[in-house]
Amino acid sequence: MSAPVLVSLAQVLLVLLGAPLLVGAMRRLRARMEGRTGGGVLQPWRDLLKLLRKAPLHPQGTGAAFRFAPLLGVACSGVAAAAIPLLSTRTGLGAGADLIAVVALLTLATAALALAGLDTATAFGGMGASREMTITALAEPAVLTAVCALAAKVGSTNLPAIVAATLSHGARPASPANLLAAVALAVVVLAETGRLPVDNPSTHLELTMVHEAMVLEYSGPDLAMVELGAAMRLTVLLGLWSALFAPWGITTTADPARLLLGLAAFAGKTLLLGCLIAAGEVFMAKVRLFRVPELLAGSFLLAVLAVSASFFLA
Amino acid sequence: MSVNLPGTALAVAAGLSAGAAAAALCAPDRIRVRLVGTLSALLGAAGAVAGGAALAGHTYAARLPDLFALSGVTLQVDALSGVFLAIAGAVVSATSIYGIGYASGPGRGRWAQALWPLFAFSLLLVPAAGSVSTLLVAWELMALCSLLLVVSGDPASGRVREAGVWYAVMTHLGLVAILTGLLWLGAAAHTETFAGLRIAAAGISPAVRGGVFVLLLIGFGSKAGMAPLHAWLPRAHPEAPSPVSALMSAAMVNLGIYGLVRFGLDLMGAGSRWWWLTTMTLGALSAVYGIVQAAVANDLKRLLAYSTVENLGLVLVGVGAAGVFQDSGHPALAVLALAAALLHTAAHAAFKTVLFLGAGSVLHATGTRDLDELGGLRTRMPVTTGVFALGALGAAALPGGAAFPSEWLLLQSLIHGLAVPGTLVVVVLPVTVGAIALSAGLAVATFVKALGTGFLAKARSRAAEQAHEARGSMRTGMGLAAAACAALAVLPGAAGPALARATACAVPGGGPRVSAGVARQLTALGSTLWPLMLVAVTLGALVLLRAGLALVSRRAGQRATAPLWDCGAPPLTARMEYTATSFAEPLQRVFDDVLAPESDLDVTPHAESAYLVERIAYSRAVPDRVEHRLYNPVVHTVRRAGLAARALADGSVHRYLGYGFGSVVILLLVLAAAR
Repeated sequence: MSAPVLVSLAQVLLVLLGAPLLVGAMRRLRARMEGRTGGGVLQPWRDLLKLLRKAPLHPQGTGAAFRFAPLLGVACSGVAAAAIPLLSTRTGLGAGADLIAVVALLTLATAALALAGLDTATAFGGMGASREMTITALAEPAVLTAVCALAAKVGSTNLPAIVAATLSHGARPASPANLLAAVALAVVVLAETGRLPVDNPSTHLELTMVHEAMVLEYSGPDLAMVELGAAMRLTVLLGLWSALFAPWGITTTADPARLLLGLAAFAGKTLLLGCLIAAGEVFMAKVRLFRVPELLAGSFLLAVLAVSASFFLA
Repeated sequence: MSVNLPGTALAVAAGLSAGAAAAALCAPDRIRVRLVGTLSALLGAAGAVAGGAALAGHTYAARLPDLFALSGVTLQVDALSGVFLAIAGAVVSATSIYGIGYASGPGRGRWAQALWPLFAFSLLLVPAAGSVSTLLVAWELMALCSLLLVVSGDPASGRVREAGVWYAVMTHLGLVAILTGLLWLGAAAHTETFAGLRIAAAGISPAVRGGVFVLLLIGFGSKAGMAPLHAWLPRAHPEAPSPVSALMSAAMVNLGIYGLVRFGLDLMGAGSRWWWLTTMTLGALSAVYGIVQAAVANDLKRLLAYSTVENLGLVLVGVGAAGVFQDSGHPALAVLALAAALLHTAAHAAFKTVLFLGAGSVLHATGTRDLDELGGLRTRMPVTTGVFALGALGAAALPGGAAFPSEWLLLQSLIHGLAVPGTLVVVVLPVTVGAIALSAGLAVATFVKALGTGFLAKARSRAAEQAHEARGSMRTGMGLAAAACAALAVLPGAAGPALARATACAVPGGGPRVSAGVARQLTALGSTLWPLMLVAVTLGALVLLRAGLALVSRRAGQRATAPLWDCGAPPLTARMEYTATSFAEPLQRVFDDVLAPESDLDVTPHAESAYLVERIAYSRAVPDRVEHRLYNPVVHTVRRAGLAARALADGSVHRYLGYGFGSVVILLLVLAAAR
């Protein structure tokens, strides 16, 4: 097997195994800051293994969409993990690792889960699906416009090419266009991963739920896949954000020693970003659902400014 | 002697069209539907062969001077015509096969069936026309056939009649604009053949060319559903019989794009920048307006009609971008943008055929198009649900869907277009990218709604509970279109050489390097999309996961059925489900200012006390705001003028003679002054 394919496989394994740990660390930090003890960092993995041991159930009247959506979620996050240069720019998908394709793939996973929510025919499922799709639809313009700002300078939407270009120009991450795009994408990452202030991942009140309402009917191994998919999605999006705006440590070769360095850098950056989010969530409340569009519109505006800045301040 | 393939195929198509029309009128009832359907499908296949041959590099030109008295008929087929011939032919084939099963029930008369092959042939004739007069005749034939087919659904229904009137008026206003524009162009160039126009156009003054372009943009744009001239689409498409809707939405509206590309880019040589910036802006506007309306529509076919407005808007953005790039001396980018527009036209044709035919099967099986009354069709209609899902994936422009590669290509051309100088371009391009992205995001929400509330979940009415799967030939027709959808989704590169040839017709100077890039498709100036790999890897991961899960989880094979969470207050009924209306409510609220929805709450108090409520009636409608604001005032003014003009005709013969005398005098004065 060629080196780039091995790099991609390593990235997928890393995200698969590491994502629940990241979630565990974030929950732990939040619990500590709120004065609780909280579960250990390994708790999400314990939960997953427990869920995997349970008997799978078939909620009355659900169909193929309900059955396959969690698997598709994990698969899409996995392919995204293989495509994004998390450790090295020499990934196995090579020229096919396109930024727009990765974004679209993650949207596909959201759409599949929304269909599963509708498929249950309960009010909660429909409610969650409706809200999730509204947020996704409004986040899309901000993402693609920010992508446009990043790609216009490099002349390509190829992910390794963008990262490599940023790496070869040390000062670039601090350019106005990059900063604006970074803020725009940060808001979108929060919205797409269902974090505060858009959605509360630890809510137990159905009426305020978005993601949790959509997956209310899942149990056992299916729920394990949903949880794993969500954790991987968070890790992949944080990894994407840091690869685009803070690519330090990502190697342009497939040299094992440098890959290990890249691994340490990736773990550090992702953990730092995760902890920042978790710490921020302690001090923040969820905004009303109908204030979310304002937030996303602001993010879109920043993205448009980023494009203009990349032209005028080039 | 070598046989000219496009010419022969077109002649065969003409023969089949006449044969099918004759069969519809004369054949005995027993075999009529099947015979007409088969002949029409062959007619479509002949058209597709003609288009395919043109795309492979065969051209055809002919002049038949005896066919029409004054002008004769001039035909010419090149690769650009080939794109539209191939699309129209393929759509005709799929819908004709589908129509066999659809028409077998009662209600469709001989005349409606005789019109079908004529309409199909006119769709082939428009892109094959080689002169202004031939184009206009074919265009009018197309408009009339489609109009009669729209009203053939249920002539007694008031809504069908209203849709017919709207369509008739708008299509003819469009014809007037095209007619005036083309006559003006022909008069200025002193010729009416395309070959002659191409040479003479450079010598015409920019003001005349600009005027001609505006008229053509109005005429062709209204056919392509360009906002704000789209009002006929969401009326005519839902009321027409479903195969007719499919043919109109997937093949006919494309010809508006053909007209713009042929005259604007090819014959008039790209003209000025403002032409194309206007086209692009109106395209982006159509895309967003169309999808916002689709997102809140409950009527499945109305939703699809608005989605057509959106997709043709995206195509217009591509055409406009091609013009801007060509005008500013970037033919490589122009080729890319035009290739994206043409590929999106093909993708839209494929998935919209699937979706309209799927909606037709649903209508056939349940008698309703209202998403709020559907649901649960996946168990009773598995095939229809499957193909509709494939079409919805295409319409949502997600990986694995037909529209994903073309929208990707369009975004690439716009991203690279930021290098083109000019502040206007720098302002327009990012906003256009935002508009495309917004329409893509809303399209995902729209088609999750259509599939999720229409086909999944529980049935919301008795009609949906008792639905039945579509007939064999209907399934075949849908299956063919779905196969085209899947092919475009994973192997768009196969269309590369054909697209390179087609774009070379309209954008000269693209250069072999760019053509080769488009030929391998999706290698757009430094970026690559590899949809087959993407789909294969994702599906592979899915299969792997499922196998892994089966190993880990011990009792994966036998799933016990569990009741749904009902908050402890069973039973959960279908009335508690989220409907399409409730699904779209957040979006409706977000776009409140654009949509201006109307809701009405009518509370009837009890007879004995005003504090007791007897009945509450709630109604909600999202009217087309453009129609309200723009069309209704015009319609009212015309109606008032018409009523006022009645006073002129009071029945007195003396007065009428006086009018005649007055007109003659004025005419003579005008003639004298003009000499």
